Amino acid sequence: MSSALKRTPLAEAHEAAGAKMVPFFGWEMPLHYGSQLEEHHAVRGCGGIFDVSHMTVVDISGPDAMAYLQRLLTQDVAILAPGQASYGALLNEAGGVIDDLIAYRRTEGYRLIVNAATRDGDLAWLEAHRTDAVEIKERAELAMLAVQGPEALARATAWLGAAAPALAALPPFAFLEDGDRFIARTGYTGEDGFEVVLPAAEAVDAWATLLAAGLAPAGLGARDTLRLEAGMNLYGQDMDQTVSPLEANMGWTVAWAPEDRAFLGRDALAAQKAEGVPTRQVGLRLEGKGVLRAGLAVCEEGADGVWTPVGTLTSGAFSPTLKEGIGLARIKATVPKGANLAVEMRGQYRRVLRCRPPFIKKRS
Amino acid sequence: MSDIPADLKYIASHEWVRVEGDGTVTVGVTDHAQDALGDVVYVELPEIDVVLSAGDEAGVVESVKAASDIYTPLSGTVIAVNSTLEDAPEQVNSDPYGEGWFFKLRLADAGELDELLDADGYADVCDADA
Repeated sequence: MSSALKRTPLAEAHEAAGAKMVPFFGWEMPLHYGSQLEEHHAVRGCGGIFDVSHMTVVDISGPDAMAYLQRLLTQDVAILAPGQASYGALLNEAGGVIDDLIAYRRTEGYRLIVNAATRDGDLAWLEAHRTDAVEIKERAELAMLAVQGPEALARATAWLGAAAPALAALPPFAFLEDGDRFIARTGYTGEDGFEVVLPAAEAVDAWATLLAAGLAPAGLGARDTLRLEAGMNLYGQDMDQTVSPLEANMGWTVAWAPEDRAFLGRDALAAQKAEGVPTRQVGLRLEGKGVLRAGLAVCEEGADGVWTPVGTLTSGAFSPTLKEGIGLARIKATVPKGANLAVEMRGQYRRVLRCRPPFIKKRS
Repeated sequence: MSDIPADLKYIASHEWVRVEGDGTVTVGVTDHAQDALGDVVYVELPEIDVVLSAGDEAGVVESVKAASDIYTPLSGTVIAVNSTLEDAPEQVNSDPYGEGWFFKLRLADAGELDELLDADGYADVCDADA
């Protein structure tokens, strides 16, 4: 079974660092290196480094690259200058989210970074809509690291070399290319930092150098609690093909202007907007001790004191920073803001407070 | 390889029992269990004076990964719970056989002790899990 799993160029380095390796959508990835909680705190307090080489990097080029992406993505890539990136989604015709992604505008063409879990479907979708003047090239030979935390940039200064001051001066979602290093001011933790795409052969040395600079190795477990505290969606949990971006707190990624940009899913989204979006994503904080988990039913208290199901937790965790249960839920849009909400947990209704993510103040 | 002290008794659902010799026992979860759970973030303990039958749910341990029920290996009355776990659930990870204990029971039937696994028997259970 495990022999069929793909390994990143850093798999041996993870094992040497004591990682617990787990299957993750066809990859063998580090879950943690001993303590997920300590890794979480290391990223919030100083800086951590994640191997995200399982992410799928796809380069889009050719004369029609821009027109092609304008047809496929929720975001407007024409407004991006070279060196700028934006977050958005691929939608199906019904307006459901095929994947979320970041699109980067390079000097020549674009780069998309999409999820590992959705790679096959994304590539098939991209290919199905490709025109003759568009070239699609997956860059499976590249590795990717995420360096995140308040001291991420400072501790990576030596490794970054001459690119360090320029990178530090970039705003969020800008990027630069330094030789064969593609370095973006992006991340999935709510912290300052960067993500770097680089040749696999350089990844092992980069990992070792950054660890020696005092950055902590961090696994998928910490990555999940960090992103959840930052209020960021996880594809497959918080949204999927059956959910529109308007129901997943991703309405801000949809560029409605210019009006004549006919991106796939636009008509369905416009219709949903006109009719009224049936559900919305909210943040929930558990009152008292305990942990929220994906899949729990969210209930609203009626005037008669009876609890009625109005939605479901799509992500849930114990927040190591807040030391309480937090989660994202999709609930009926008709639930009033001040309604008493609870989750059903082990036969009990436990009160939750509705809030607007992020759960922690973003520092990126 | 997880730590399985020879002086304790076990059940296959990964709880351990220390026989105190005065008609009471102490119960916790094993090193193997805490390792599989990952960082423990919350523990729900039984109420004092509750009477439990062997195999009853006696609490819940929530880790970063999942919620797991804790079962009592023996029948009896709960006479103490480790309330320090409320604020320091990580003791379950750092010291599962010591500061990470869950509750103490006054046994209803000392004969039930014979049905528990010894360290070798429990090691076989862990091997089968792996």
